[in-house]
Amino acid sequence: MNVLNSFMNSRIWGRGATALNPGLVLAVVVVFIALSFISPYFLTATNLLNVAKALVIVGIAAVGETLVIIAGGFDLSIGSTMAAAGMLAAYMLDSGFGVAAAFCAAIGLGMSIGATNGVLISYFRINPLIATLAMLAIIRGLAFVISNGREIVITNQTWLNLGTGKLAGIPYIVLILVLVYLAFLLLLPRSTFGRYIYAIGSNARAARLAGISTQRWRLLIYITCGATAALAGLMLAARTGNARPAAAMGFELDVITAVILGGASLKGGRGTLLGTAIGLILLFMINNGLTLAQVPSFWQQVVKGGILLAAVLYDELRRGRVDDG
Amino acid sequence: MPTPQSEMSGHNPGADSGARPPLIELRGITKKFGGYTALDGVDLKIGEAEAVGIIGDNGAGKSTLVKVLSGVHRPSSGTMLFRGQKLTLGSPLDARRNGVEMIYQDLALCEDLDVAQNIFLGRELKKNFGPFRVLDRQAMTEAAANDIADMGLDFDVEREVGQLSGGERQMVAVARALQFDPAALLMDEPTAALSAEKIRKLWEMIGRLKQRGVSILLVSHRFTDILNICDRIVVVRAGRIAGEMMPHELPPAQTMAMMTEMMTGDTVGNGAEA
Ligand SMILES: Nc1ncnc2c1ncn2[C@@H]1O[C@H](COP(=O)(O)OP(=O)(O)OP(=O)(O)O)[C@@H](O)[C@H]1O
Ligand SMILES: [Mg+2]
Repeated sequence: MNVLNSFMNSRIWGRGATALNPGLVLAVVVVFIALSFISPYFLTATNLLNVAKALVIVGIAAVGETLVIIAGGFDLSIGSTMAAAGMLAAYMLDSGFGVAAAFCAAIGLGMSIGATNGVLISYFRINPLIATLAMLAIIRGLAFVISNGREIVITNQTWLNLGTGKLAGIPYIVLILVLVYLAFLLLLPRSTFGRYIYAIGSNARAARLAGISTQRWRLLIYITCGATAALAGLMLAARTGNARPAAAMGFELDVITAVILGGASLKGGRGTLLGTAIGLILLFMINNGLTLAQVPSFWQQVVKGGILLAAVLYDELRRGRVDDG
Repeated sequence: MPTPQSEMSGHNPGADSGARPPLIELRGITKKFGGYTALDGVDLKIGEAEAVGIIGDNGAGKSTLVKVLSGVHRPSSGTMLFRGQKLTLGSPLDARRNGVEMIYQDLALCEDLDVAQNIFLGRELKKNFGPFRVLDRQAMTEAAANDIADMGLDFDVEREVGQLSGGERQMVAVARALQFDPAALLMDEPTAALSAEKIRKLWEMIGRLKQRGVSILLVSHRFTDILNICDRIVVVRAGRIAGEMMPHELPPAQTMAMMTEMMTGDTVGNGAEA
């Protein structure tokens, strides 16, 4: 018990708003050990690599969502943004543009969607849930309207390669995920961008009175979220080999579950990217375990929802304890 | 060397019309919220190193007045002069850039950030890192630790503000206001949440600031705060200045009686009222 206590209270988890929840790390270890006992297939390289590949796409989109949630916001439109970005890039390649131009345009589209969210939320003061729920519907609907519901098969080899190729045994998409996380892990503690995300989520009025242009920063945060969603959409299309208007439907559930599981607080001001990464690992290990145990996929959906509720409940309880103390 | 001019104008230190203009001067400031007039033609001067107390009933317009001075509210009409120069404050940042710091009624701290991060919020120190400008976390932590030590306090500046006591938070807000050597410090009900001992500490600190030449504007419900700290007392009633008095020229009991009269309007305190 003593060992557990010092494990839980150790300073290696960081301090304050950026502290990692040691319980989460413990949960990952426990689930990992449990799964390797339950299924002999779990600990094989093939399976673990599959888990990693499945995790990557949600993981990239989760970067932006983490920032948005720490800043006290919310973004439900990432799944739609992912689909729209994939389709735009596929269209452009079909129309003879190069892959670089297509990718830039797709990321630009994601940023524009994020900017629209940001303007609605930050300047028109629309509740983030409602604004991004509306965007979810609008963007998804437009993707169907423009494509007439048809999917586009990707023939560009560079793009497909990103989904299947490897460097020194590690899939490109996993490398891209690691690069994105590294970039943001370096950026957040060292930049005013990172500092203000926490400040705005913690007390937006205080941030504004301190001279921080909260509206502009919020806008930038939603633009970042749109960008990472678009990148995730490109990676998803690379994996599946096509761009579909129905792609990534319901992805926001996975993304938001991972972020909340990782310790970001819905009330803003708290959370970390590292936490989100660990939340992702936990979520996908549980998914994988359910698959290996041949639990029907409809039930997996139920379990995911349950995990999200449990994570939010835990956040609520922990906060209650802090407030009372 | 004193000039003849300044020797002649000794009747009112706040309204000194001599060589040095007051630090801050408000002329006919009116603030309307929709159809409601919260401030109605307020004239006010705050001299260099002067401590001015503002008292008034609930809803009299005291907070609105300091918010105009700190750039939170733009006045509907009237002018503001800063060291004799006309100045328009578009935001709290403008006020800070002009050396006017404000401690808000609720302190306006970010509870999830630590002490050092709060002290430097919005004015972070940076350093070069290759081609980038990045936060200089070490310099900020060290400077914050110095501030806290200078104030005779002892707590870890890497602690989250949410974990501090009410008095400690108050000190963080003060430390933040003092970090960039302000010319004026505005305080709205700074003692509302403090214990008697913490209040005395705050008074001492305000006294030291005055000696350093910082002008103080203090809004308080507590007569004792005002009597202890202020060189001049301004009474606000229904958005207007109801009167002024110099607490050191009268016995405290008489000052209190006058303040109460002006606040409630039982007796006309000042012939200037329209
Ligand atoms: N943002 C606002 N919008 C509308 N009305 C406001 C606003 N701020 C203040 N008022 C109104 O202006 C009047 C003066 O308010 P103010 O907060 O300045 O009073 P106060 O003297 O500070 O009172 P208290 O002692 O209760 O703090 C009040 O009637 C208040 O309702
Ligand atoms: Mg007030």
